[in-house]
Amino acid sequence: MSAFLELRNVKTHFPVFRGFMARRQIGTVKAVDGITLSLRRGEILGLVGESGCGKSTLARTIMQLLQSTDGQIQLEGQYLSQLDAAAVRHARVNFQMIFQDPYASLNPRMTVFDTLSEAIRTRQKIRGKALVAKVAELMEMVGLPPNQMLRYPHEFSGGQRQRIAIARALAPRPKLVIADEPVSALDVSIQSQILNLILKLCREMELTLIFISHDISVVKYISDRIAVMYLGKLVEIGPATEVVDRPLHPYTRALVSAVPIPNPQLERRRQRIILQGDPPSPINPPKGCSFHPRCPFAVEQCKREVPDLSEKVPKRLAACIRIGEI
Amino acid sequence: MALLEVENLRTSFYTRAGVVRAVDGVSFSLEAGETLGIVGESGSGKSVTCYSILGLIPQPPGRIESGVARFGGINLLGCSGSELRRIRGKRISMIFQDPMTSLNPYLRVSDQLMEPLLVHEKISRRQALKRAIASLDEVGIQDAARRVHLYPHQFSGGMRQRVMIAMALISRPEVLIADEPTTALDVTVQAQILELIRQRQKDLGTAVIFVTHDLGVVASFCRRVNVMYAGRIVESAFTDDIFASPLHPYNASLQHSIPALHRKGESLFTIPGSPPDLTKKPEGCPFAPRCAFAVALCRQNSPKLEEPVPRHTTSCLRVLRGELTNLRLTAAV
Ligand SMILES: Nc1ncnc2c1ncn2[C@@H]1O[C@H](COP(=O)(O)OP(=O)(O)OP(=O)(O)O)[C@@H](O)[C@H]1O
Ligand SMILES: Nc1ncnc2c1ncn2[C@@H]1O[C@H](COP(=O)(O)OP(=O)(O)OP(=O)(O)O)[C@@H](O)[C@H]1O
Ligand SMILES: [Mg+2]
Ligand SMILES: [Mg+2]
Repeated sequence: MSAFLELRNVKTHFPVFRGFMARRQIGTVKAVDGITLSLRRGEILGLVGESGCGKSTLARTIMQLLQSTDGQIQLEGQYLSQLDAAAVRHARVNFQMIFQDPYASLNPRMTVFDTLSEAIRTRQKIRGKALVAKVAELMEMVGLPPNQMLRYPHEFSGGQRQRIAIARALAPRPKLVIADEPVSALDVSIQSQILNLILKLCREMELTLIFISHDISVVKYISDRIAVMYLGKLVEIGPATEVVDRPLHPYTRALVSAVPIPNPQLERRRQRIILQGDPPSPINPPKGCSFHPRCPFAVEQCKREVPDLSEKVPKRLAACIRIGEI
Repeated sequence: MALLEVENLRTSFYTRAGVVRAVDGVSFSLEAGETLGIVGESGSGKSVTCYSILGLIPQPPGRIESGVARFGGINLLGCSGSELRRIRGKRISMIFQDPMTSLNPYLRVSDQLMEPLLVHEKISRRQALKRAIASLDEVGIQDAARRVHLYPHQFSGGMRQRVMIAMALISRPEVLIADEPTTALDVTVQAQILELIRQRQKDLGTAVIFVTHDLGVVASFCRRVNVMYAGRIVESAFTDDIFASPLHPYNASLQHSIPALHRKGESLFTIPGSPPDLTKKPEGCPFAPRCAFAVALCRQNSPKLEEPVPRHTTSCLRVLRGELTNLRLTAAV
């Protein structure tokens, strides 16, 4: 079985400068620092992790919107980093991204109709009535009234704009979608509607999906596997239900324990694992295991050795040397 | 006495497609030091309510048709632009849903954080920079002394949101209006931010209006909750009662959609039908076309918010007539 998407040791680093005239590099942000990962066709992978750990950077790197510093990305056997600009543009019809910030990603001077018809026409050269009907169908699919087709983005609420962005991404019938926090701006009922829709499309069109979200219960519900990122690296990956219900890595445990429960009584009684210390800076990552300064289980060895991501339980990978003991 | 009191607020937008009644008769009050949650359908007027209070509605196309917002003896809705500017960012501050509207992409974060201090507090640049760094530190941004000099686009989505939170808190406001302040944050940072706001409330008595879609956050953070649908408040109560005994079918169905309550592979519950068209004046209850309990009467009578149980209001006619008692179980179908 060959992988649909394969990442090997992918790194994306940003130089950090200071000063206007004499730009002086004062460090490097290792936003993505050696990610190896493979996805089957039709698989849904949930990607979770602390704010600033590199999820969006990884997404943009896979989409070729950012140049990787090192490593390889293969989509259906093709090395993406070796494609020239024209080939990337051609291939891009097949992969779409739903951005974290729908305000910034929609063109303010284009109506919903303009935005969606442009997306439809990358795949299907239709026009006139057929095009209007198709735009209306897409709008209904994401729960927007088609009679608002001629409105501009600023005339919509935050959640409504997010739905336009979702419709735009799904319009060209892509093979791979990376959705960066696609539903967190939506009320739970519309969120459920969109999640049902995404799942249906995944099944029908064998869509492969990377779903980035901070909402662990949503990620657990929608994903086949969950990958947990910490400071530019993967620390755990495995089947969704198991990762959430029986987390292996100490960071995953803390993350899962912090999820707010929509029930005031339970919420007051719950036990949280409070992480000690602050999230470290990706400019100066700690030596050894990057989680060790905040880990309640850290021992001397954790300060020296970088743990590798390996199979600790069948089908479940984690990067921690103490899994057997804790 | 309430710190902020909003009465019968109506805000419309005049568009080519007609008049959008974004906020249609909203009244509520906020006491010093308390946290009031606002939840509701996307597009139901939560943000427009907040903008209206702060005089941030673009006019035209927007227009405040009626209403009063009393704050310390003044009506915010009748204030002049310069009066409002003195209050905004100093006594009332807001965290916007959209980070890019309140962060200037061409200015370093340091300048943006220091500006209100230099304007309102007459302190030196060095002191202001120190406060700016400390405020980033407080919202959990590492390496604040170095990162304060970066531009907004060099931050991750969640870090930008934290920069905005730092900006809103730096002037120690009496009222903080937070429009989905934690949606882009992971649960651990979110917990840290909520703790920071709670601490501010304790120390300075800041009152908070908290708009969110995350019912888990509401459960853990808010004292009272307003539930909005189609520009109106349809239910309002203490948080425990909103969850334990919903008195409006919209609220009950919303809670029913929570993914955590569903098994994998099972399709998620959603409210049938489509969101209301706000350009049409609804006949009867605006939720009636989607409501599992609606009867003919609901489509005729215009509902009003009433208080069937002390400190718990609803606009559901059938609940008020005593015809529906257990919305929680029956909504399960
Ligand atoms: N253009 C850039 N220049 C310098 N640093 C950057 C740039 N873009 C991102 N970074 C840094 O890279 C790190 C990872 O950012 P990224 O946006 O990938 O995080 P994220 O996991 O998506 O976080 P969030 O959940 O908050 O969206 C952050 O520390 C951020 O400051
Ligand atoms: N400038 C505008 N012109 C026309 N209609 C507008 C404008 N701004 C907002 N609206 C409409 O007003 C209604 C209320 O919008 P608002 O932004 O308050 O929703 P919200 O409850 O905050 O939703 P969300 O949860 O999605 O942020 C929406 O239906 C929106 O389409
Ligand atoms: Mg991000
Ligand atoms: Mg809003």
